[in-house]
Amino acid sequence: MFTIVKKRALTSTVTLMEIKAPFVAAKARPGQFVILRAMDDDERVPFAIAKCDREAGTVSIIFRAVGATTEKLAHLNEGEAVQDLVGPLGMVTKTEGVSRACVVAGGVGSAIALPIVEQLKEQGSSVTMIVGFRSREEMILEDEFRAASDRLIPVTDDGSCGGYGSVTVPLKELYESGEKFDLVFTVGPLTMMQKVVETTRPYGFPCTVSMNPIMIDGTGMCGGCRLTLHRDGKDIVSFACVEGPEYNGYEVDFDEAIFRNRMYGKEELHAHEAACNLFKKEVM
Amino acid sequence: MPNLSLTKTPIPKQPVEERIHNFDEVELGYTEELALEEASRCLNCKHPQCVQGCPVNNMIPDFIAQIRENNLDEAYRIISINSGLPAVCGRVCPQERQCESRCVRGIKGEPVAIGRLERYVADRHYSKLNAKPEIAPPNGHKVAVVGSGPAGLTCAGELAKIGYKVTIFEALHVAGGVLVYGIPEFCLPNYVVQREVDNVTSLGVEILTNMVIGKTLTVSDLFERGYEAVYLANGAAWPTFMGIPGENLNGVYSANEYLIRINLMHAYRKEPDTPIMKGGTVAVVGGGNVAIDAARAAVRLGAEKVSIIYRRSEEEIPARREEVKHAREEGIELMMLTNPVELIGYDKDDPKYGFVKSVRCIRMELGEPDERGRRTPIPIPGTEFTMDVDTVIMAIGTVNNPLIKKTTAKLEVNGKGGIVADRITCKTSREGVFAGGDVVTGPATVIAAMGSGRLAARSIDKYVKAKAEGNAEW
Ligand SMILES: Cc1cc2nc3c(=O)[nH]c(=O)nc-3n(C[C@H](O)[C@H](O)[C@H](O)COP(=O)(O)OP(=O)(O)OC[C@H]3O[C@@H](n4cnc5c(N)ncnc54)[C@H](O)[C@@H]3O)c2cc1C
Ligand code: FES
Repeated sequence: MFTIVKKRALTSTVTLMEIKAPFVAAKARPGQFVILRAMDDDERVPFAIAKCDREAGTVSIIFRAVGATTEKLAHLNEGEAVQDLVGPLGMVTKTEGVSRACVVAGGVGSAIALPIVEQLKEQGSSVTMIVGFRSREEMILEDEFRAASDRLIPVTDDGSCGGYGSVTVPLKELYESGEKFDLVFTVGPLTMMQKVVETTRPYGFPCTVSMNPIMIDGTGMCGGCRLTLHRDGKDIVSFACVEGPEYNGYEVDFDEAIFRNRMYGKEELHAHEAACNLFKKEVM
Repeated sequence: MPNLSLTKTPIPKQPVEERIHNFDEVELGYTEELALEEASRCLNCKHPQCVQGCPVNNMIPDFIAQIRENNLDEAYRIISINSGLPAVCGRVCPQERQCESRCVRGIKGEPVAIGRLERYVADRHYSKLNAKPEIAPPNGHKVAVVGSGPAGLTCAGELAKIGYKVTIFEALHVAGGVLVYGIPEFCLPNYVVQREVDNVTSLGVEILTNMVIGKTLTVSDLFERGYEAVYLANGAAWPTFMGIPGENLNGVYSANEYLIRINLMHAYRKEPDTPIMKGGTVAVVGGGNVAIDAARAAVRLGAEKVSIIYRRSEEEIPARREEVKHAREEGIELMMLTNPVELIGYDKDDPKYGFVKSVRCIRMELGEPDERGRRTPIPIPGTEFTMDVDTVIMAIGTVNNPLIKKTTAKLEVNGKGGIVADRITCKTSREGVFAGGDVVTGPATVIAAMGSGRLAARSIDKYVKAKAEGNAEW
């Protein structure tokens, strides 16, 4: 069992959980993730490691209650424990030699960007960050991002934060004004990452995407996390849990990845509703 | 007076029309009466060939003789001399290619049902819960085992019995390896595996789940933590695909994913959190145990039609005969000498765009035998055809996982990524590191993995003690 040492609501639907997992904390590096099972018989769900405190032996995850597991997770409190947590999984972000980075993050997924920006900052890279959220209320980690970047450009769908609309608007402005980057890193919804890649492609800056496919074991046993890379005229199948989650954005088949993430659209919704009903019953 | 019946004593089974709606075990096991009847078919040969056919040389006529005397404790003791997991092996061994293939009774008629008798002894033993095996006093030495499949469990258990402090590091959230996440409940119920796991922990073995060696800890970390030897028994479970178009369409699974969703994540229960595609038309590609298990699981999930597509003929099917027979009884179609060439998805304007719609296949014929004597399947030009499907399950094999190889210096692997280790001593190229089971052989059998675990325990014991005396050789 893995004890929840801290639970904090970042927005009305997004929660940060700091969980005691000394083995994972000792090894975790930027870009890696964990797989967690809230209770016995629950799904195994991957979460980015948003923070890692080696001394305290804890890792933090940030999530929105969107599926059955996250819903149940959100109902656990400090002092309670999650059944299983395994990691750190996946490859570590390659930041060596990067001097000017642009990190484009959207939604809850931006959590994985935090350790990466912090790492970049620590090694002295200059970091521009564009973060996109639906609205001001939905924005998370603003202080942390501001502290770790040289420049933070927030945008929201409703313009409540200054910037308006898509993250690719300010990104394109930067490119057009002649700014150059030796790493463009993006994480967030698949359609957003796809747009970031396409906006960057004409400029040819190295562009890394952090993929979030459906996973079960996270160790290369099921192949459920597979995606297609187009490389040198060939299609290569890659297991994101072991060989990813970060990829050269220009190689990833996003259309396929988008479909694969929707595979269980209906079932997921159903399980989510079932979980909600469960908790309503418990509350009453 | 031996029982001269030419056929095996039938084993009670769930009727087909019932079992296709549940995941309960199909074969219910011999009663005392049936076991005695079958045991008396054994002629107790002077030079028993069955023993030679058994990968671990179980003393088969001896334990069967004890069944005839109703001395089940003694029968169990005899089996235990060479086998660690009789309740499992009795159920899942390919006996028709091992012990039973050598039985003299098989020359004219069916061989003695050795597997069913082994299972009978083991099940009876557990239902009585006999006294625990003896454990030697702690010898102060620590050994790490990576993976809790049959190889890891057996090695850990054997070492614990002779006084070692053993820790098993398991990547998943439960112990048992393929026995829990791969082989379905209807062939090998979970409680049978759990008994074996409990047996091992009752010997003092510690099992740490959620520990991926190569990620959470490396092999070097294990040595730093004071383990004097490491046994790698992490299997070979990385699924492969055919490399044909359409394999990443929705509705296409590796057999591992399909079976993991069902067995490990219980997608067959009423309100599962882990979803799976159910019903419709299912095609399974492959001819091994894995393919048959996946097909039979699909039937139980409510598929209307299930076909197994295999590129060779039924004679070459590597799966256990008994399971092929069960599959047939359950209405599964065996499409032999057929191979998929493409998986086709729905059109762009269809609401099911992104999902698999059909499989295009080609008929095959068998050509010349290859070096291993297996006839190579060759496509017959102009025989392509298309069949509609909702789900496709690829069961064409698994290979080694790169995690441990990548993070362990001086560990030699072969061209397929398998760890190179001596079959008898289980020693790898790196001092103190032993390996066995599927990770060395590639996908094989439970009994082979179990056998390797036993050999490894002996070899590790020898090494650790020699090292403590300052004269270990590698
Ligand atoms: C669906 C299916 C059906 C089968 N049916 C039969 C049958 O009927 N009869 C038969 O004899 N054989 C059968 N087999 C084959 C048999 O199950 C295997 O040969 C056997 O289980 C191999 O045992 P093992 O101990 O080497 O590895 P496994 O059973 O694969 O166990 C390896 C364990 O190591 C863990 N692991 C992997 N990587 C790591 C890591 N990095 N760190 C920590 N732990 C790790 C895994 O999670 C797993 O628990 C079947 C296999 C499958 C998949
Ligand atoms: S999650 Fe199973 S192989 Fe990647």
